[in-house]
Amino acid sequence: MWYYEKKLQYPVKVSECNPRLAKYLIEQYGGADGELSAALRYLNQRYSIPDKVIGLLTDIGTEEFAHLEMIAAMVYKLTKDATPEQLKEAGLGAHYANHDHALFYHDAAGNPWTATYIQAKGDPIADLYEDIAAEEKARATYQWIINMSDDPCLNDSLKFLREREIVHSQRFREAVEILKQEQNRKHIF
Amino acid sequence: MKPSREQLQLMEQIQQVDFALVELTLYLDTHPQDYNAIQQFNQLAAQSKQLKSQYEQQFGPLRQFGESFSSFPWSWNESPWPWQM
Repeated sequence: MWYYEKKLQYPVKVSECNPRLAKYLIEQYGGADGELSAALRYLNQRYSIPDKVIGLLTDIGTEEFAHLEMIAAMVYKLTKDATPEQLKEAGLGAHYANHDHALFYHDAAGNPWTATYIQAKGDPIADLYEDIAAEEKARATYQWIINMSDDPCLNDSLKFLREREIVHSQRFREAVEILKQEQNRKHIF
Repeated sequence: MKPSREQLQLMEQIQQVDFALVELTLYLDTHPQDYNAIQQFNQLAAQSKQLKSQYEQQFGPLRQFGESFSSFPWSWNESPWPWQM
């Protein structure tokens, strides 16, 4: 089971109300390579992955939920004081019409989250290579958002998340090596 | 309700220690034989527990389902929640 902790993994501060930035950031909330996809992908793959890497998938999957909460905190803080007019100007008029100030799992262009973003192939190497690719895509997305953001407080938290993608990618690469070693060992009789 | 400066500072200390614990957990998942890392992990786990008990005495429970003790009245659902801090 899981325990909720009343704490963000890393502090989230924003300089000012900025719905335009929130519109881009929502990509990491309900987008293809976002944190929801990551958490659900790893926590689902772990049931059929070899025992040696179940712990890693469980722990990274759990950390992704902490990242999802950080993105939610960012979007919440960037939009909570925005008027409908400001939301409209920021390109969030369609979002406001459907959700008011609520968050929703969709990408920056408004496409709703779908399970087709993630895969579980049952083949450990295929699954782990997908996970490595997902981390690299998420890292790139954070970079593109940082490139468009002029909020130094927000960028501090985004840089933390960008670095986490790199660490996760490295750990998944090590997991591939661990499985390859296992496989080689089994061939020796 | 706005959190006090003191609450934010103690929270940040917890975030620092707990981040090291997350990082060590993932590292140990792929390097289970690293004795020094496990020693560091256990030291930080003790430090985290101590900081959280100090935080909870002043600012209320961090976890529920019995992972934190409760004062009277039940204060788990009191603000601020993490995104409000």
